[in-house]
Amino acid sequence: MIAAKEEHKQEVLEAVIIRFVGDSGDGMQLTGTQFSDTSAMFGNDVATFPNYPAEIRAPQGSLYGVSGFQVHIGSVEISTPGDNVDLLVAMNPAGLKTNLHALKPGHTVIVDTDAFTKKNLEKALYESNPLEDGSLENYRVIEVAMTSMTKEALKEVEGLDNKSITRSKNMFALGMVYWMYDRSAEHTIQFFNKKFKSKPELIEANTKVLNAGFYFAETLELIPNAYTISPAKMAPGTYRIIMGNTATAWGFLAAAEKSGLELFLGSYPITPASDILHELVKHKHFGVKTLQAEDEIAGITSAIGASFAGDLAITTTSGPGLALKGEALGLAMMIELPLVVVDVQRGGPSTGLPTKTEQSDLLQAMYGRNGESPIIVIAASTPANCFDYAYEAAKLTLEHMTPVLLLTDGYIANGSAPWKVQSVASMPEIKNNIVKEAKENWHPYDRNEESLARNWAIPGTEGLEHRVGGLEKDRISGNVSYVPENHEYMTKIRAEKVKRVQNYIPDIETEFAKEGDLLVVGWGGTYGSLHSAVKQMDNEGYTNIGFAHFNYINPLPKNTEEVLKKFKKIIVCELNSGQFVQVFRINFHGFDFLQFNKVQGLPFANNELIQKFKSLVK
Amino acid sequence: MEAAVKEYTYKDFASDQEVRWCPGCDDYVILRSMQKALPEMGVKKEDVVFISGIGCSSRFPYYMNTYGMHSIHGRAPAIASGVKLANPDLSVWVITGDGDSMAIGGNHFIHVLRRNLDLNIILFNNEIYGLTKGQFSPTSLVGQKTKSSPYGNTQPPFSAGELAIGAQARFFARISGNTPKEMTALFIEAEKFKGTSLIEVLQNCPIFNDGCYVKYTDKAVREDRQLFVEHGKPMIFGKERDKGLILNGLKLEVVTIGEKGITQEDLLVHNANEEDPTLHQMLVRSEYPMVTGIIRAFNDITLEEREDALTAQVKSNSNFTKTDDLFFSGDIYNVF
Repeated sequence: MIAAKEEHKQEVLEAVIIRFVGDSGDGMQLTGTQFSDTSAMFGNDVATFPNYPAEIRAPQGSLYGVSGFQVHIGSVEISTPGDNVDLLVAMNPAGLKTNLHALKPGHTVIVDTDAFTKKNLEKALYESNPLEDGSLENYRVIEVAMTSMTKEALKEVEGLDNKSITRSKNMFALGMVYWMYDRSAEHTIQFFNKKFKSKPELIEANTKVLNAGFYFAETLELIPNAYTISPAKMAPGTYRIIMGNTATAWGFLAAAEKSGLELFLGSYPITPASDILHELVKHKHFGVKTLQAEDEIAGITSAIGASFAGDLAITTTSGPGLALKGEALGLAMMIELPLVVVDVQRGGPSTGLPTKTEQSDLLQAMYGRNGESPIIVIAASTPANCFDYAYEAAKLTLEHMTPVLLLTDGYIANGSAPWKVQSVASMPEIKNNIVKEAKENWHPYDRNEESLARNWAIPGTEGLEHRVGGLEKDRISGNVSYVPENHEYMTKIRAEKVKRVQNYIPDIETEFAKEGDLLVVGWGGTYGSLHSAVKQMDNEGYTNIGFAHFNYINPLPKNTEEVLKKFKKIIVCELNSGQFVQVFRINFHGFDFLQFNKVQGLPFANNELIQKFKSLVK
Repeated sequence: MEAAVKEYTYKDFASDQEVRWCPGCDDYVILRSMQKALPEMGVKKEDVVFISGIGCSSRFPYYMNTYGMHSIHGRAPAIASGVKLANPDLSVWVITGDGDSMAIGGNHFIHVLRRNLDLNIILFNNEIYGLTKGQFSPTSLVGQKTKSSPYGNTQPPFSAGELAIGAQARFFARISGNTPKEMTALFIEAEKFKGTSLIEVLQNCPIFNDGCYVKYTDKAVREDRQLFVEHGKPMIFGKERDKGLILNGLKLEVVTIGEKGITQEDLLVHNANEEDPTLHQMLVRSEYPMVTGIIRAFNDITLEEREDALTAQVKSNSNFTKTDDLFFSGDIYNVF
C-alpha cells in the first residue's frame, strides 16, 4: 500500500458529526459504537445517539426499517450528539432518503452503490436514481461499491456463508471513516478478537474488510481530504464510554456496595428501560438479585417485598409501565419503605413512540397516584450522570424512607458519552434507618426528628415483629387507624417528610449569567442541548443569559425562587407541552413563565433554541 | 436457621389487635389453626412473615404477632416472592381469597406456582366477595344469585385446584373450614414441604354465602361426602368406611367394598408425590366425593435453589468481587 497521507491535506477540525444509516440488519449501531469508542480512546469528547425503528427487522430496504447511529466527536466540550451532520454514510437508498435532510450542504455522503438497485430504489420510493438524476449536486458524493468490494476481499476466506460476507460490509464503511478521520483500527480489531473468540473465520473476515475499507480510502482519489480531531481537554482521570442505561445500573451497584445492602431488581421488559435489567442480571457475582416478573405490577410489588425484607430494592420501567405501577407506588409511600422506581421516559401517551424520547411523564411522576401521595422525584441529565442520580436515588430512599422516582429518557438512556470512572470509595456515605434490636417502647412508626424518616425493622429481627399495610396507619404503632385527626396528621407528615429532603440536596446553580435578561430553565435529559445553545450565545456576546438546569424536581432546591428573581424573563424548555412549568406555576407566584416546547419524539435542535432565545433578548 | 427455637404457645402468635371478622366466620378457625400450628413448626417467630392482599381474609396478618404486610389487591404472591428472594431463610405465608387470587391477582397466582419458591399460600375460598358485600367471585357457581348477579351468575367458575395444578403447582391441599385439627396438621405439612404449597380452605361466609359447602362439610354428611386422602393409603371414605375410588377407563368411579366383588385391594392408593398430575386433577375435579387432604406433593427444585446455584456458579467464574473491579475493567482509557 502506498502511504500517501503526507500528500493529502490534513485539516484539523474542532468537532465533527457523523451519521451511519442503513437497514436495521446492516449493523449500524455496532459501526457507530466502534467509531465513538475508538475516538474516545483517542482522547476526544464524545456524544452518541442511536435512532432505530421499533420493528426488530422491518422489511429490507423499507423507509421505516432504517436504523441510524449518530456520533459527535470533538477536541472541545461535546454536550449533545449534534443536529446536522458533516458526514453521512448511507448503506442503502432508504437510508439516504430519510437522512439526507440532516446533511449540511456541501458536505460528504458516502453510499454503497451496490445497494442502489431498481428494487431498493422502489422500496425507498425514489422515482429515479438520486446518484444519477442530479438531486445530490449540493453535496460531495463518494460512490463506493462496498458490497462487491467486501465480497472480493473475502473470496479467499474459508468457512463463510454468503450472509456473513454481505453482513460485514459495514466494516468496509467503518474502515473508510477511520482513515478519513485519522483513527486507528486497532481497537476494533481487538474487539473482533474478543467477540468472535470461538469463530476465527469471523475475526479474519471482519479484520480483512475493515482494513480493505481503510486502505481503499487511503488510496482513493475521490477522498481529497483527511481530517483529524485533536484530543479534548478533559479533567485528568480514568474514563470509559458509557450508555445512560448502563450508568443507571452501575449507580445502583455502587449504592448497594456502599450501603452494605443487597440489590434487588424486580422488572418487566419494556423499551427503552430493558437494558438496565440486561445489565444488572449480568452481575450475580456481586450478589445482585433480579426477578423478571410476570408484569409491571409484579415488578414493583416484588421489589416492595424485597425492601420489606431488607434489600435495596428497585424497579425499572417506561411510561405505560409507570401507569401500571401507580397503585403499588402508593403502597410503598404509605408503608414508608425504601424503593427506587426508574422511569426511562419515551414518547407517550399510551404506547406512543416506544423508541423515541420525550419528557412527558413528569406530572405522572409527581401526581400519578390515588390520594395524596407525594414522593421524591429526581432526574438525570446526561448519559454519564445517570450513574450519579441512580446512586443519589438509592441514597435518598434509604435515608428518607420514602420511594424515589428517577426519571431518565430514551435520549440519555441510549446515548453514550465519556464517564470519569468513580471508585466506590469516593462516593458519599449512605446511611440507613435499620433498627437492629428491640429497645423498650419501640414503635414501627418512630421517626428521625430531623428527616422524619421512620425506622426500618426487618423480618428476622427478634422483638420487632410488626405489621404494615395500605390502610391508614396509627402515627406511632402503625396499626390500622380510622381516627380522622390521625389521617390528617399522617397525610401532612408524609408530605413534610418529602419537603424536608430540601435540607439534604444542593442548591440550584446557574451557569453563564448569574443575573440578567433571560433565564433558560430545563430539567432532565435536555441538559446537553440547552447547555450548548446558551454557551454558543454566551460566546457570541449574549452575556445576559443564564441557564438553570434541574435534577431535583420534588422537592425543588430551596433557593429556586431566589434564582428566578434575578432574571427579567424566564423560559422553561421541555420536550412536552409544558409540565415542569406547571410545577413552577404552582410553587412560585408573580412570575410570567415563558415556555418552549417540542413534542416530536426528538431532542431539541441547536438552531431552534438559539432562534427562540435570540427573539427574547434583543 | 439456628437450632435453638423457643418453646411457643399459640398465644405467642396472637397480636394485640381485636379480631373483626363476622361472628361465625370460618376465618376464626383458620386463624386459630395457624396460631396452633406455628409453635409446632420449629421456626422462630421473628422469621415468620404473612403477606396478604385485599379482602376479608387479607386482614389476617394484623392478627398474627409476626412480621406482616396487608398489601394491595391481588399482589400478595408477587410481594411474598420478593420477600423470599431477599431472604430465603424466612418462613413466608401468603393469605388470599378467591377474588384476590383468581380474579384481580390471577396472573401473580399462576406465576408464583410456576416458579416454585418455597412459600405457603392459604386460599380462603368462600365463592363470594365478602368485603365488598356480596358480589359473585370467580369461583361462584353458574346461576348463583348475588348482589351483582340478581338473576343468577352467568360466568362459569374456576376450580382453584385445577387452575393451580395446570399452573404447575407442586403442592395442593384442600381442607374444610370446619375441621381445625386437620387444618393445623396441613399447615405444618405445608411448611415442611420445600416449594410453593397451596392450601384451599373451603370457607363458609355466614353473611353472603351461608351454607355454600354444607353438602360436603356438614357434620352429618361429612364422612359420606368427603374423601380425606393420605399419601400411600387407599382412597376410602364413608361413615362405614365402605366406599372407595377406582379408575374406570379415564374416569374415577365410586365403588362399595363388598359389592360386585370389590375388595379394599381394588381401590386406588393415593400417591401425592407422583409427578404426572393426571390423577391429581381428577381428584381435584371430583364432586362426589369432595376430595380433601394433600392431593399433590411433588418434590421439585425451588426457584431460590436454582438462583443460588446459578449465583454460586457465576461467582466462581468471575474475577469481580467489588464494583471497582467492574468499573475499572475493559475499555477504559486515561486522560493526563
